[in-house]
Amino acid sequence: MAKIMTGAEMVIKALADQGVKHIFGYPGGAVLPIYDELVQQDKVEHVLVRHEQGAVHAAEGYARSTGDVGVVLVTSGPGATNAVTGLTDALMDSIPVVCITGQVPTHLIGNDAFQECDTVGITRPCTKHNWLVKNIDDLARVMHEAFYVAKSGRPGPVVVDVPKDIQFASGTYVGPSNIAHKTYRPQMKGDQNAIRQAVELLAAAKRPLFYTGGGVINSGDTATKLLRELAGMAGVPVTSTLMGLGAFPASHEQWLGMLGMHGTYQANLAMHDCDVMVCIGARFDDRITGRIDAFSPDSTKIHIDIDPSSINKNVAVDLPIIGDVAYVLEDMIRVWRNLAPDIDKKAQAAWWKQIDTWRAKDCLKYKANVDIIMPQYAIQRIYELTRERDTYITTEVGQHQMWAAQFYHFDEPNRWMTSGGLGTMGYGLPAAVGVQVAHPDSLVIDIAGDASVLMTMQEMSTAVQHNLPIKIFILNNQYMGMVRQWQQLLHGNRLSHSYMESLPDFVKLAEAYGCVGLRAEKPAELDDAIMEMVKVDRPVLFDCRVASLANCYPMIPSGEAHNKMLLGDDVDDELDSAVGEKGKVLV
Amino acid sequence: MPNKSPSTHYPAQVLHEKTESHTLSVLVDNEPGVLARVIGLFSGRGYNIDSLTVSEVSHEAHLSRITMVTKGTPMVIDQIKHQLERLVPVHVVDDLTIVAQEAGHEKPLERELALAKVVGKGDRRVEALRIAEAFRAHVVDASTEHFVFELTGRISKIEQFLVLMQPLGLVEVARTGVAAISRGKEGM
Ligand SMILES: Cc1ncc(C[n+]2csc(CCOP(=O)(O)OP(=O)(O)O)c2C)c(N)n1
Repeated sequence: MAKIMTGAEMVIKALADQGVKHIFGYPGGAVLPIYDELVQQDKVEHVLVRHEQGAVHAAEGYARSTGDVGVVLVTSGPGATNAVTGLTDALMDSIPVVCITGQVPTHLIGNDAFQECDTVGITRPCTKHNWLVKNIDDLARVMHEAFYVAKSGRPGPVVVDVPKDIQFASGTYVGPSNIAHKTYRPQMKGDQNAIRQAVELLAAAKRPLFYTGGGVINSGDTATKLLRELAGMAGVPVTSTLMGLGAFPASHEQWLGMLGMHGTYQANLAMHDCDVMVCIGARFDDRITGRIDAFSPDSTKIHIDIDPSSINKNVAVDLPIIGDVAYVLEDMIRVWRNLAPDIDKKAQAAWWKQIDTWRAKDCLKYKANVDIIMPQYAIQRIYELTRERDTYITTEVGQHQMWAAQFYHFDEPNRWMTSGGLGTMGYGLPAAVGVQVAHPDSLVIDIAGDASVLMTMQEMSTAVQHNLPIKIFILNNQYMGMVRQWQQLLHGNRLSHSYMESLPDFVKLAEAYGCVGLRAEKPAELDDAIMEMVKVDRPVLFDCRVASLANCYPMIPSGEAHNKMLLGDDVDDELDSAVGEKGKVLV
Repeated sequence: MPNKSPSTHYPAQVLHEKTESHTLSVLVDNEPGVLARVIGLFSGRGYNIDSLTVSEVSHEAHLSRITMVTKGTPMVIDQIKHQLERLVPVHVVDDLTIVAQEAGHEKPLERELALAKVVGKGDRRVEALRIAEAFRAHVVDASTEHFVFELTGRISKIEQFLVLMQPLGLVEVARTGVAAISRGKEGM
């Protein structure tokens, strides 16, 4: 097992021993020894990105779509600082990423050497943990520990900063076996008493609700299966956060759709009116709760989470259960079976009846148009035309992201990659690169906005170079739509700097990158163009011209409670007056 | 009242709980950057630090103990504890104030050491020495024109001592911050 090798060799050996097949990276002076090792082996395949932010998002997409750790390799200084947005994104959304950064030689640290930055200092608040390796004998252990920390408990990004002299130094390599962290041991199994109480509360509920989040997906396939099982046994309606979509099948009759600021009417009203809420792997984020003091006022709240700091952070809960979702749900199902409770069938029937009246509002409906492509319609068509395929969806950030969440329905986990916590424009394109690397034969679509997609557009080169046939479907409304919507609703329709002047011609841009450009301008052309996009086995930029002033509804307005949602119907007239004559011309 | 500010979509701050002062004891791996992690957590999440002391407590195990006095609502104090526990090199976090309260005490045992330089002549000098004796402060350095007193005790005692020394020529103070431990035979 023990073997003498250089630091650079150790890095690659450790990756291979951790089962890493792909890494996303960008070279530079401080990581050249590692790049020199990379090119001389074939266990770990390197995907060259065009910007380090793209490398981290690609690793996130890779991780989210596979359940494995995503790996990044970047140089010191600007390489590391460029990675910061991606690391923060991964931290907010609990995505396991190991990011290896080069550093100036140890004797120059602190001297303002060329391309030096305080990488561990800068990334301390945006990683789960980080290490500066100053001794070759620590390197192999730290590498393995990094993987352990990134994927254990609540997953997250970690940084291993490796000075160049350590990459050249030689030392003894140790393998990954029996390397766990000295003290870091997340609690997996839930407290049995609390679990029993939770089952009793659930069984006695008249208006129960499951509110699930990304934690269910992080917990793994078992967790999503168990969620379906428990929801089925107890007959409980299910809603989820943006990050949790796909953990519970959207085609299931107990599914209420997404909740929160742009969630469905039925999901948000059910949250408001339920009497027992079981929050599973979610964190009561402000996009979910709205006004805290009016949040689900009459419910007993049970919170299952692996991270104790998520408990009682925003909302005081009645019954916390700390543990991994899969373990806790397994125990709940067992206890439920043993208890074989008599649920209040009459009350629950009334609850479902109430839910059906909310559903009948048809909160996602929008005015169809024969001349102009409505953005919602475009997503509905993508969904209908790709649902039977092996499809993965990523998004950028904005209205298109919310419409994708509302109109693309997921029946399986790990199919939906979006930047939820940080809301990073520019996430979707590189994330699609990462997903496609992990799933070369699948259909990978980035549902994008015209503004967001320009933030990481350069990764089209990555896709072309590595033969990754990602499809970038741009809902081109010529605005930073979500910003424009808020300006309209909250700032007197003064559209300050949210119009996208001078957009490139996306079809020509596609050709310049050596990929395929497509455009649709009329609803009648849309299906054929989407089918062409799906069929072509090369990267595609799809310029879908959509209504420029459409708004995303439902919406919980500023600082309001869930039962004060704005629906598209309610606001149409107000909006007409708000938009004014000049604006209307643009529709 | 709902938040009527038109320009924000963030929920309004909820302000009804009272803030309390708590003393936390945090056992950490004594490794580079660990203090920066703890302090960064406090500044990043907007928590208060009223006092902080840190020193290695076990050389073989490379463990350091950080004692901090912080303020917040009970929900925030609970958050602070859990956020600290999330840091990878943190072993244990004890809320000594809660430990004390559960055992029926008002507070945990808390001590601080202060060094105070008092400069003066004549009556003021005599008075300073008299008060120092009453407080059981030691003279650790002296000339005909100054004393350096060393005083150990509760924070309130130190504060009071310094107030009294102020008019008598107090020119400089160094304080260690609070070291704290729970009463009773139970270890951390
Ligand atoms: C990096 C970054 N900068 C700024 C924002 C703020 N922001 C949120 S949505 C949005 C507009 C997005 O516009 P576009 O990509 O065209 O999508 P649309 O809303 O029009 O669908 C902006 C600027 C952000 N989320 N991320």
